[in-house]
Amino acid sequence: MNRHVVVDETRRPAPAGCADVPSVPPTVAPGTGPAVRTERGQREVFCGLTGIIWMHRKIQDAFFLIVGSRTCAHLMQSAAGVMIFAEPRFATAIIDDRDLAGIADANDELDTCVERLLSRRPDIKMLFLVGSCPSEVIKLDLSRAAQRLSARFLPDVRVLSYSGSGIETTFTQGEDTCLASLVPTLPQAAPEAQQLLVVGALADVVEDQFARIFAALGIPARFLPMRRANELPPVGEGTRMLLAQPFLAETARALEARGATHLGAPFPLGVEGTTAWLQAAADAFGVDPAALERVTAPMAARARAALERQRERLSGKRIFFFPDSQLELPIARFLHRELGMELVEVGTPFLHRQHLAAELALLPDGVAIVEGQHVDRQLDRCRAAAPDITVCGLGLANPLEAEGLATKWSIELLFTPIHGYDQAADLSGLFARPLVRREKLKV
Amino acid sequence: MKLTVWTYEAPPHVGAMRVATAMEGVHYVLHAPQGDTYADLLFTMIERRDQRPPVTYTTFQARDLGADTAEIFKEAAREAYERFDPDLMLVGASCTAELIQDDPGGLAKALNLPVPVVPLELPSYQRKENWGAAETFLQLVRALARPRAEPRAEGAQPSCNILGPTALGFRHRDDLEEIRRLMARIGVRVNAVAPLTARAHDIARLGEADFNVVMYPEIAGPVARHLERACRQPFTKTVPIGVNATRAFVEEVGALAGLDVADVLAEGAGRLPWWSRSVDSNYLTGKRVFVFGDATHAIAAARVASEELGFEVVGLGTYSRELAREVRAAAEGLGLEALITDDHLEVEDAITALAPELVLGTQMERHIAKRLGVACAVISAPVHVQDFPARYSPQMGFEGANVLFDTFVHPLVMGLEEHLLSMFREDFEFNDGAVPSHLASEHAAPRREAAPAPAEPTSGPEPAPAADGGVAVLERPAADADLRWTAEAEKELLKIPFFVRGKARRNTERFARERGVAPITVETIYDAKAHFSR
Repeated sequence: MNRHVVVDETRRPAPAGCADVPSVPPTVAPGTGPAVRTERGQREVFCGLTGIIWMHRKIQDAFFLIVGSRTCAHLMQSAAGVMIFAEPRFATAIIDDRDLAGIADANDELDTCVERLLSRRPDIKMLFLVGSCPSEVIKLDLSRAAQRLSARFLPDVRVLSYSGSGIETTFTQGEDTCLASLVPTLPQAAPEAQQLLVVGALADVVEDQFARIFAALGIPARFLPMRRANELPPVGEGTRMLLAQPFLAETARALEARGATHLGAPFPLGVEGTTAWLQAAADAFGVDPAALERVTAPMAARARAALERQRERLSGKRIFFFPDSQLELPIARFLHRELGMELVEVGTPFLHRQHLAAELALLPDGVAIVEGQHVDRQLDRCRAAAPDITVCGLGLANPLEAEGLATKWSIELLFTPIHGYDQAADLSGLFARPLVRREKLKV
Repeated sequence: MKLTVWTYEAPPHVGAMRVATAMEGVHYVLHAPQGDTYADLLFTMIERRDQRPPVTYTTFQARDLGADTAEIFKEAAREAYERFDPDLMLVGASCTAELIQDDPGGLAKALNLPVPVVPLELPSYQRKENWGAAETFLQLVRALARPRAEPRAEGAQPSCNILGPTALGFRHRDDLEEIRRLMARIGVRVNAVAPLTARAHDIARLGEADFNVVMYPEIAGPVARHLERACRQPFTKTVPIGVNATRAFVEEVGALAGLDVADVLAEGAGRLPWWSRSVDSNYLTGKRVFVFGDATHAIAAARVASEELGFEVVGLGTYSRELAREVRAAAEGLGLEALITDDHLEVEDAITALAPELVLGTQMERHIAKRLGVACAVISAPVHVQDFPARYSPQMGFEGANVLFDTFVHPLVMGLEEHLLSMFREDFEFNDGAVPSHLASEHAAPRREAAPAPAEPTSGPEPAPAADGGVAVLERPAADADLRWTAEAEKELLKIPFFVRGKARRNTERFARERGVAPITVETIYDAKAHFSR
């Protein structure tokens, strides 16, 4: 056997990077919950830099400067597609031979890049220096660079740093490391200030929906990330945080270190998830259950009716998830429980057992959950299982289609509003569409 | 460090992937961190390939750094060999693995695999995609190709290799088909094509041909020069893009093969010559064109534009530093200084300053042209998915020239429309804000920013709209503040059709500057018009 084997938790190497969630012994005994196992080998996933693509649209006066190689710049333009020309607020400071050979002082070079950038873009209020694999490997200290540059450009521009490197982060973890870097800058809330903090980038339309619901419930809610750099939400002992996304391990830890309390809940995907998620906040703020029911019942009913139409198409269909974003478990739970889909295998790049405890409890016994990846073996399993629909990245989708498997490319799950009641049908629609298309095509 | 938003070329290991993916029976083991697999989707999405590229990435993570990564590489290489059973393996490192110095070549050698393993040294912090493709191809050929033992038998059909087409190449698929047709027509046998569709044994027998056809010098140039030395094979220097270049290419191939090509040339040269001579094309005369792309396509497009369509080439440039000399020579021939840069902002500045009526470029220039409200056609990589079309659309050969004619002319305002625009500028359908009628479906939004309302003419510089999808106008006033336009002059300028307005503004300002006229009035406009129409 070689090292690409299924390893059990106890043999798993000690965490080295921020990407690693703490090793926690399995919380579910065999036979009483989903079967979680770990796999290692070649991973077909994005690195954390791709998080910039949605984060730079969310924080509207922030700029993301990757310190990396041509590969990083090329990844960004390939992933961002045409968006790159709508005056994007991201760029790459490409490391060259002179930086590596020590001919140029990399820190001076970086300062020059930042100066040039800020003089071109005076509208920028927050600058993230984003670490990449090359900058991590040569140990360029971006956090010190951020301090140095902040000291120079404050109060106009605050400079922060985080890592989006592939060696440390997978896809959505780039959002996690970004938000975690923001946490120390949040203002201190008064200890007695009771406030809900919703953490995780949501589509503006979804954020507005949730804001209206919390307002109707009388819960004082703020959102992280904020839409503008100067709208930092305060945090303190009275802060209760509700995670809107499952990939926020570092951010949650940093917020807890500042006194915030994590509210355990399923994620707001589907009617059931959204209701349970709102319930967690309502319970924490002592909202009258009748008030919660009054506010949410009409929305839940509307969403259920919309889902009913999709259920016909999806019920009984077998689905296979390749790992990508960590959204796989909550989405699988939704597809299984609310649309009647059968889960063949649910892959996830990382599994934070505490944050996903409520999700794991809702998943059926025995469902195969695989943390990590050995892509060739996973492809073997997928082909053998011949699922009705396979959720995977763009590198695998067309090849699998050519083999006759219907696929749903997973990046859309990040680039489409899917959270909350009124997006539940849209979310299921993403999975129904490839099947409908296959039925329609007569060529 | 260099501040970069857009890069014309990928890192060199993507060039190696283009060669590996083009071939059959080859597997590339790439020492690379998790995340570098993004490059797969260039092939599966942009080129819509129905198979994964034949690449295994080691995808090491932070916890693997240290002695472990070399072991990871060896295991990945061994597993890849066992699983994919290739005839040939390529091994190398991406930019990050280059820094950790694991030596994929040495590690792979230690595995003693029973197939040839070609190690690749691709310096990621110096070189780029096309160089990486050329170097990979060269290393393959050096490792496998040998000169033929005996000269061609008396009376045997002359033969050639076709070198250069790869995966993810701009129109390589159809160019190859076009070149094959030309070779068949001339009577030359194709010995091997590489890298596209080649297997290891095809590379091994490259030496058996009489000469080489170089389709894309960026990729096949070094290999052709190597084969010239090692196997005494001459190679073609003309890239057959455009009617004249194709004719020259046919003659060159005839000379190399020792065949008479008079009847091939007598057959005609496709539709471009007549299309271009028909009176409908009269209005194309002297249209100002800016050309930018890889060296091969930029040189070819500039020649077609000036010789075969009667445009005036006002700018020519490339991001291919390897072939900068050739582009400089071509530019000189047109009385221009070549723009050699991989900084898209410099290209944008050049386009803005030259105010062309048509831009021929890459996907990048397409976006610049869109922002500036100028017509544009794509002639070179990098390109998006729409430039890997389902239909047959070569750039090379006589059919390629037909394609070029349509491609260059299509984005321009049509001739009659152009006249109607200058006659009826207040027309509700034909005006600045309206897109060319034949393009309306492609541009939902108006093509150019709404002209300032005639009632409130401005004299200061118009702010370039920064909003997404916003459109700045080429003819925005020059930065120098002393060139002030009166309100009436600004208003009069708006009456000039937009596709010549930039030229009118530039000429007027030049005229005013030379004569120290200030401010610019309606009279200045017409003085300048009279002056420059000499």
